[in-house]
Order: sequence, then C-alpha cells, then structure tokens
Amino acid sequence: MTTLATNTKQPFIKSRALRRFLSHRLALIGLVMVLSLTAACFIGPYLLPYDELHIDLLARFAPPGTGGHIFGTDPLGRDIAARLFHAGQISMAVGFAVMVIATCIGSVVGVVSGYYGGKVSAVLMRIVDAFLSFPSVFLLLALAAFIQPGPVMIALIISATSWMEVARIVEAEVKSLRNQDFVQAAHMLGMSNRWIMFRELLPNAIGPIIVAATLTVARAILLEAYISFLGYGIQPPLPSWGNMLNGAQQYLASAPWLAIVPGVTITIAVAGFNFIGDGLRDAFDSRSDHQ
Amino acid sequence: MLRYILSRLGQSLILLLIVSFIGFAVLTLAPGGPLSQFALSPGMTQEQIDKIAAQMGLDRPVWIQYFDWLRHLVVGDWGTSYRDGQSVLHVIGSHLFATLLLMGTATVISVTLGSSIGIYSALKRGGTFDYAMTVFAMVALSIPTFWFGLIAIYVFSLNLGWLPAGNMYTVGDGSLIDYLRHLIMPAMVLALVDVAIWSRYMRTSTLNVVKQDFVRTAKAKGLTRRRVLLKHIVGNSLVPMITLAGLQLPMVLGGALVTETVFTWPGMGRLFLDSLGYSDYPVVMGLLMASAMLVLIGNLLADLTVALIDPRIRLD
Repeated sequence: MTTLATNTKQPFIKSRALRRFLSHRLALIGLVMVLSLTAACFIGPYLLPYDELHIDLLARFAPPGTGGHIFGTDPLGRDIAARLFHAGQISMAVGFAVMVIATCIGSVVGVVSGYYGGKVSAVLMRIVDAFLSFPSVFLLLALAAFIQPGPVMIALIISATSWMEVARIVEAEVKSLRNQDFVQAAHMLGMSNRWIMFRELLPNAIGPIIVAATLTVARAILLEAYISFLGYGIQPPLPSWGNMLNGAQQYLASAPWLAIVPGVTITIAVAGFNFIGDGLRDAFDSRSDHQ
Repeated sequence: MLRYILSRLGQSLILLLIVSFIGFAVLTLAPGGPLSQFALSPGMTQEQIDKIAAQMGLDRPVWIQYFDWLRHLVVGDWGTSYRDGQSVLHVIGSHLFATLLLMGTATVISVTLGSSIGIYSALKRGGTFDYAMTVFAMVALSIPTFWFGLIAIYVFSLNLGWLPAGNMYTVGDGSLIDYLRHLIMPAMVLALVDVAIWSRYMRTSTLNVVKQDFVRTAKAKGLTRRRVLLKHIVGNSLVPMITLAGLQLPMVLGGALVTETVFTWPGMGRLFLDSLGYSDYPVVMGLLMASAMLVLIGNLLADLTVALIDPRIRLD
C-alpha cells in the first residue's frame, strides 16, 4: 500500500498528515464505523416499516427479528431500530455541537491565557484546574437536574464540562510560540493583539486542536449516555442512545436486547471517534512514528 | 519539603475556593431551586413559601448566602440535609467508606492488571499482543461503564448465577466472603476503563525507561534479564504512574457514581443521585465539595509520594 504512494514521482495525496492518517489502519476502521453509523441513522428511518413513535401494545417485547422488527421492540411495542436511528441523529448532533462549542471556549481561553501569560494566565488556568477537580459526571448531573433538558441545553452543559482539555493544549502551544520571530514581526507591523492571537498563533495549534475535538465528540456521546441513562439527560419521547438504556435494567432478564442494542451502538460510535482521534494524533505528531 | 507542602496546600485551598464558588453558583443560579418543590404542592400560599425561604435564609442576597455557607463550611458545619435533618457531614461520612472501598479495590485491580499489560506490551513492542492491547484499550475506553455493568449483571448474575446483582452485602449474612462476592463485580466494572488507561501510560513509560543508560549499564554488567526487568525497569516505569493515579481520581470517582447506581452500591454516587432527586441542596453541595477535596488530596499525596521516591525532583 505504501509502495504505491512512494514510487510515483508526485505523491497522489500531497498532505503528509493526510497520507499518514490514511495509512493508519485503526483510524480507517474508525472512519468506516462512524460513516456507516451516520448513514444508518439518517437513511435507516426511511427504510424501516415502523416509525419511532408508533406504539403497538400487542407487540411489546418482541425479540429481535420478529414481525419486521430487526432489533425487536421495547416495553411499549415501539420498534427499537427506528428509535435507535432517531436517537443516533440526536446523540450525534449533541456530540458535534459539544465539539464545536467546547473547542471554541477552550481555544479562546487557551490562546488568551498563553498569549498574555502572567496574572491572566494564572487566573484562567486555576479556573481550568478547578473545573478539572470535579468529577465531570457530578458537575454535569448537578447542572442537568435544574435545567429544561432539551438537546440544546444538554449540549451546552456537556460543553461546559468538556472545554478544559482544549484550553490546556492551546495554552501550552501558544506559550511556546509567543516569543518566536514571526510573532515579534507581527508586533512590529502593528498588528492588534486579537489578530496575533487568532490569525498568527491559533492556526499553529490546529493539529492538536483537531485531535482534541475528535476525542471530544466521543466523550460527549459517552457523557450524554451517562446522564440520559440516569434520567437527567434527553427526555422521552425524544429518543437518545442514553435514555433508551434508562429502564433497560429492570427488563434485563426478560428482554436483554433492550440493553444490548443501544449499548453496542454507543460503543461503536465512541470507539469510531476514538480510533479516528488516535489516527489523527499519529498523523499530526511526526515524533510518534507508530511507537 | 515543608515549604513545598505548605505552598501546595495553599494552592489546593485556592482551588477549593474556586470549586466552592462554581458549585454554589451552579446550584443557586439554577432555575427551580430548593423552594420549587414547595411551590409545586397545591396547598401552599406564597406567604408560606416566603416564610420557609426566610427560615432557610434563602431570602438574603446570593453573595451573603455564599459567604455564610462558606463560613460554616470552614468550621465543619456543612449544613443539614433537607431530607431527614441529619448533618451533611454525617450523611456523607456514612457513605464515604463504601465508595472508597469500591474505588480502592478497583484501583488495585487496574494498577496490577494495567501495569502488567503495559510492561509486557512495551517489551514485546509491535507484536500481536501489543497491537491487540492497543485495540482493547481503545474499545474499553469507549464502553459506557454503566452499560458494561448491565452486561456483567446479565452474564454473571442472571445467566450464570455466580455473583449477586447488587447491594454491598446480603442481609443477615455479612461474612467477609459475602462482602467480597458483592464487591468483585462492581470493582471489576469500574476498573475496566482504568486498566485501559494504565496499560497505555505504563507502556509509554516503560518504553522511555528501557532506552535509558542505566538499563544498558545493568545489561552490560551481565545481570539476568529478569533482574534487569524487576529491579531496574518496573520500578522506574511506575514512578510517573503515581502522578497519573492522582490525575485519574476524578474519573474513577465519576465512574464510581455510575457504577454504584447500577449495582445499588450504598456509596456517595447513589447518595448524590438520591439527593438530586429530592433537591437536597446542602447534601449535593457537600458532595461536590467532598469529591473535589478527595481529588485535590489525592493529587497532593501523589505529588508528594513522587517527590519522596524520586531524588531527582527538587522541591524548593
């Protein structure tokens, strides 16, 4: 596979990072997992005979594969496959929203702290430390218990507990760059602080930011599952992967598919993003040559 | 040394102050508040609610409430539970042991298992085992802890009938064996994620140590492979892991919360959820503070241990 790329005079794929990513087997598997899951969630509902809200009390607890229910039915006789795909749209949307929000907050905090240093940095980084010393599930539940738990609010509060890592990464990167010549040059050219921070410094940290952002999607999907499972996340009838598991425990003996199907799906989604993140890390970091 | 400890203690106190502020802000500024449940009951008039608010001191400005609460916190008065009127410290204290037992057991499992996997992966770097463990670690990090617990209950309790599905002991039994039988499954479930993390970091750490000169010297001296491994590699690879153990604490604690719920384990996690359900603010707040304290103390102890073990680290 690699000989093909090196033998040609002009490599087919020019970006070195992209080439390294594509030669990372696990990352490709992750990409396939995420893409097929996304496709299933957005196309699947059109192919299924039942919609996710259709209640059929005569078909309660149908095992997978019976009566056209590929993953069986839940305690209300709703088709689990249909619910799973709709839940996937919501859970993944929450995951991506958290990625965007948390990465933005983290980048701004990180770049400001790294650029100004001194007292600004001390204060901001202590706040980061403080947020990191709560177990995030505790803080998340405390927040979730008192809000209107719609997907938007859930995405916001998960973001509120997920921005710290990006902040630390960006801070470290910017700190190491701010005394370099190109930054001095920008100062002498009379660029504003804001321009230097966001146009000169931040783009240099883009690799680690992308890696952290990918891992944030995985983390957000997991956290949504945690709080929805505990009953404080997205509320029924709106399905999410987490709240489909809420209540699965009491039917564990009679209808184990209620627990197995959404759990396996969550694991596939999260593992997919983690694999991609790992591949990206190797691709951007030339030092970690398949260590 | 003393100066270092004092300055670290000072930093931790400042962090705790910020933590308390964040926690208090979250609980106070959230809509609803402790009075919402009274407002829901139909027989309540606004005057009665106001009276309760005055009794609880909730009619005062927020910042006064905060400083008042903080002042009491410092002298060890963490308030009383709205639910049963017991002191918050007492309520938390009575749930602390169960959580620490669960976390402790899980940590022992994950350290032993994770370090072994990590060292072996590093020594056989690039081999099948190493690759399989890389994949295992990433999959393990992707499994929701609570779901893994459900599956474990399904397999080991419902199908095989080997282990009890929940609680800390059987009423009327309470022998050591009985405790252990209840402990093993939640502890293993909680340990899974940590085994994955430990094995990864231990692998990296071992790879760094193997490259060092003193390992080459030891080999050159003609020591057996076994002796080099046990005396020179394992110990030195473990040192950075102590810091990691401290940093992992919030995650283990958060995992314990969810694991406790699945296994009806009577620890802080269950207490937290129950208190949230009852809008029992003093207990929720107390638990947030207690968990942050646990984390900070854990980090402090980890750093001090590293400093004691590793003479290269200078403290002043």
